Amino acid sequence: MSFFATESYFVQGCEDAESSETRFRLCQELWDKIKTDTEVLQDELNRKILDSLLDFTRKCSSTRQNSDWASQMRASEIPTAALMLGVNIPDHDMTFQSLSDMLKQSVSPHVASVQAKECGGKGLRHQSEILLCSPHRLCFKCPRVHRSVHCSLGILCDWYAARTKVGAQTTVGKKRSSQVRDEQQQPPVVIIFKDLEAFNPRVLQDFILICSQYIDRLPLTFIFGIATSPSTIQHMLPHSVSSLLCIELFQSLSCTQHLATVIDKLILTSHIAFKLNGKVMQVLIGVFLYHDFSVRNFIKGLQLALLEHFHSQPLSVLCCKKKKALFNVTQLSKPNLDRIRQLPSFKRYVEKQEAQEQVNLMTDDSHLKELCQQLIKDLHKYHKNYYPILRCLHTLTSSLPRYPLGKQARVLTCFPFRMLAKGELVSLLQKCVEILQLSKSKKMKNALVQLEELLARFKQLDKEIASRWYNREGGGVLNQTTLLEMNESRRAKRLSPFENLRNEALKFIDNLVKSHLSPPESQPLYEVCYYSSSATVRRHLNATPRTSIQAALSNPYHYLQNDSLKSEDGTVSNAAPDICIAYKLHLECGRLINLYDWLEAYSTVVLAAEGNDPDSEHFGKVDEVKHARFIRAVSELEFLGFIKSTKQKTDHVARLTWGGC
Amino acid sequence: MTALLQHPGYDEERLKGVAEKLPCREVQAEMLLSLMGQPHQYSYPSILIYGHRASGKSHVMHVLMKELELPHATVSCVECVSIALLFEQVLLSFFGCDAPSLLPRSPSLSDFVRVYRQQCSQSPAKQTRYIVMEKAELLRDTDASLLSALLRLQELVGDNVTVILLSEIAWDKFRPNTGCFEPLLLHFPDYSKSELQQILSQNVHSSYSAGFYSAYINILLGVFYSVCRDLRELRHLAALNFSKFCEPLAEGKVKETDTHKLWKHIEPHLKKAMQTVYLREVSSLQWEQMQQMEEKEAGALRGLSAHTHVELPYYSKFLLIAAYLASYNPARTDKRFFLKHHGKIRKTNFLKKNEKTSNHLLGPKPFPLDRLLAIFYSVVDSRVAPTASIFSQISSLVTLQLLAQVSHDDQLDAPKYKCAVSLDFICAISRTVNFDIVKYLYDFL
Repeated sequence: MSFFATESYFVQGCEDAESSETRFRLCQELWDKIKTDTEVLQDELNRKILDSLLDFTRKCSSTRQNSDWASQMRASEIPTAALMLGVNIPDHDMTFQSLSDMLKQSVSPHVASVQAKECGGKGLRHQSEILLCSPHRLCFKCPRVHRSVHCSLGILCDWYAARTKVGAQTTVGKKRSSQVRDEQQQPPVVIIFKDLEAFNPRVLQDFILICSQYIDRLPLTFIFGIATSPSTIQHMLPHSVSSLLCIELFQSLSCTQHLATVIDKLILTSHIAFKLNGKVMQVLIGVFLYHDFSVRNFIKGLQLALLEHFHSQPLSVLCCKKKKALFNVTQLSKPNLDRIRQLPSFKRYVEKQEAQEQVNLMTDDSHLKELCQQLIKDLHKYHKNYYPILRCLHTLTSSLPRYPLGKQARVLTCFPFRMLAKGELVSLLQKCVEILQLSKSKKMKNALVQLEELLARFKQLDKEIASRWYNREGGGVLNQTTLLEMNESRRAKRLSPFENLRNEALKFIDNLVKSHLSPPESQPLYEVCYYSSSATVRRHLNATPRTSIQAALSNPYHYLQNDSLKSEDGTVSNAAPDICIAYKLHLECGRLINLYDWLEAYSTVVLAAEGNDPDSEHFGKVDEVKHARFIRAVSELEFLGFIKSTKQKTDHVARLTWGGC
Repeated sequence: MTALLQHPGYDEERLKGVAEKLPCREVQAEMLLSLMGQPHQYSYPSILIYGHRASGKSHVMHVLMKELELPHATVSCVECVSIALLFEQVLLSFFGCDAPSLLPRSPSLSDFVRVYRQQCSQSPAKQTRYIVMEKAELLRDTDASLLSALLRLQELVGDNVTVILLSEIAWDKFRPNTGCFEPLLLHFPDYSKSELQQILSQNVHSSYSAGFYSAYINILLGVFYSVCRDLRELRHLAALNFSKFCEPLAEGKVKETDTHKLWKHIEPHLKKAMQTVYLREVSSLQWEQMQQMEEKEAGALRGLSAHTHVELPYYSKFLLIAAYLASYNPARTDKRFFLKHHGKIRKTNFLKKNEKTSNHLLGPKPFPLDRLLAIFYSVVDSRVAPTASIFSQISSLVTLQLLAQVSHDDQLDAPKYKCAVSLDFICAISRTVNFDIVKYLYDFL
């Protein structure tokens, strides 16, 4: 049901309605793929830290159960994991979700998550009450023993004791089917504080104090989600409270690393046909680095670009897997073929062809389709070669000092290879070989063979030099004069065999890059796969409320799309909503606005709009309805923050914005 | 010594048990018992026991109640987030689990008294009932009438009931303005060093001799007594470090009696413990792991306060810098710092008489949102559109507690903030964006 609903939204106002259904389906498929891929990726990235957290909770519950002298003597502390997550709060939800899922699966069924905003309320007592109730509500669905009895940890303890007793009996009944179950007779009660910073410190302190009184009966474990730094704990909790906790730190992956992996796996691959062009990419990464550090928002941005692309570009039917795309080419309609002819990249391609071919392409539809199939194939091939080479280049350049890691670094002529020692160079080339081994295309395999050859020669060189050294050392004592001589001879010779080989390698890589790393804009039909409208993405992701309010007030047609509101040269028509008229008039005033003058001006405009004769005797009189409308418009402006009442002068309001007419 | 505790009405064997469990608190227990009188006698309506943390208040009460099997209700005031909880717990432990359900949904004090009287008439007290209230100082934050009512509860319910308040605060800080029934005051003094020694030495490890353990406690107290007199903490520390103390013994290097060598071995270790595990920089689990590791590996473990670095988005950094400047610079000087042609104004021209002191000593001052944004736009090097994400970053800084909102949440109009980060922190932040913050601070002009 909802599927059809979204589809009809998609089809509505979509360019080229015929293919919209196909495009919608393609879009859905791609998005599903991206979504599952990111989820898998995120799970993988979080695995390490989640596993160590699980170990921690397990270890805590097992140490609690042994009773040697030291653990009896030790003050019973509540085991606490401080989970450092970074400031990208929107991303945390997913981490906590998978954490609590994993905990429930493998450690304990009793997991509760609390969020500061759920514990809001008037007064400390009220807030603590909510916090106390939350474990009941969220994880145990504990039936209240008596209707009027309030939630308290005491009741929770009783419930827990009853619960574990039942559990123990059943496991005995099962003849101790599993050893694990046996150990877990007292599963810990885990409480996750999703955002520690946002909690009221007093409430948190009280809660910890209460919990510590029950720790011998109820095996509690806390997990603190911390966005800033661990010293927050010390800022929030006094020593008397933090001495009740046994805190261990867990550091999660930094968000920049996280994003790098996501980009690497989702965008810099040939698996996903949909691509972003450089500018859109820049906008998305800009939002990430400048504003929120949130990977989730980045993927949302990617989703937006995906939707926009399939929605606005009719030729996006070709943006899919190669086989399907080739099939879709044959299904192209006449208008779509014309659209292809209009594409700038295609035009550029045509211009390079011979005259007869040009005419053929422009007139013969079936010929065009054939060519398109070929071009689509080329595009896919291009992608297959592009990304491995890009990675090679990245590995080569990333270790160079102060070399900008531009994605499209095509200026290889000034490549400062000469600074590299041989060992490093060989290891870098080795890495390149590894990258190239992953790719399957023919050309890459060819390059791989050549590269391996080069590498072998480097190693050969190595051996030669080593043997030469060995010979010399064997011959006699190496004194300083011989060393100096050697240096001089080296300088004189200029090009050692190593240098020769190095230059050869450089040339080889240069050629490789030049042939495969041409910018995507140069490929014919690139518009099919690349989304390039960075302005749309920016407008949607970087909301500017002030600008849109001003646009709505000064140009109501922009939003209302009513023809009577259309006006030239930026003036507001008389028929515009009251608030627009009031806004327009207030722009003409200085810092202080006389309300009466404003009202007069307003009523003049409105009367003119109603078509009253300016010379009639009623003209200029303000009736009650108009007065009320005016007052409403003024208070709306006040609410929007354009004016405020002032005590400097009676009957005046102060303007809060500058500029205007 | 045990013969001290002799009171008519209580079983002598039990009194002996009590005395054994209360070392160094015999005098106080004696006093309490004589205040309580014989079980069937009416006792004094309310008693306030005060003394520092870990001076045995709760322990003494607990042992007395348990050992002598007196009817009692122990209530912790931290736990009673609403007075309903308090009433429920009292009724539950005196009259069984049916009684609390008689209370209405949000009971008042008079509801409680009514239910209590009703239940009491069904099962009148044969001996004094006790309500023990731990952390009673929190009662001051609740309804003012609650404390005064509890102090004379005996009179209100007409039952043989005594309320015992346990507090870390002396009665003078408690007393309501309106005046109330004065409870009997009983002070528990801190344990002296020798008393601590005596109590701690009782927890002997079963495989070592009492003398050996006592020597260990002596060394431990020698190091820690100057900073910590909390019995609970000391016992915890004793448990954590004992295995290290026994190390040379297990290796066969020293005999049990060679105290000096043992002291040489453990002393630096305890000093280190004072800086780390005592301050909870390092958790006790990690401390135990550290003991098993070699010396150099242990150095890698950093305390909690060592991690102070916070990674922030680019504009958030500048917002925080702007907030810091707004908090620590007087508003009059903004012109001097952020206007291009401000003319030459010396610091002395700005100085008012009361501003001689450094702003950093006075702490951050609140500033309105407008000023924050104005400074932000002049500080940040590129042109930034006033997008919604800039504003949402301000509120996320508030959630991260790097900024504090001063005005009330409901005030949407012109919210005011304070910057809640230290100079070191902001210097580190501004270094990452190549901004020389010291040049913009009025205090360092």
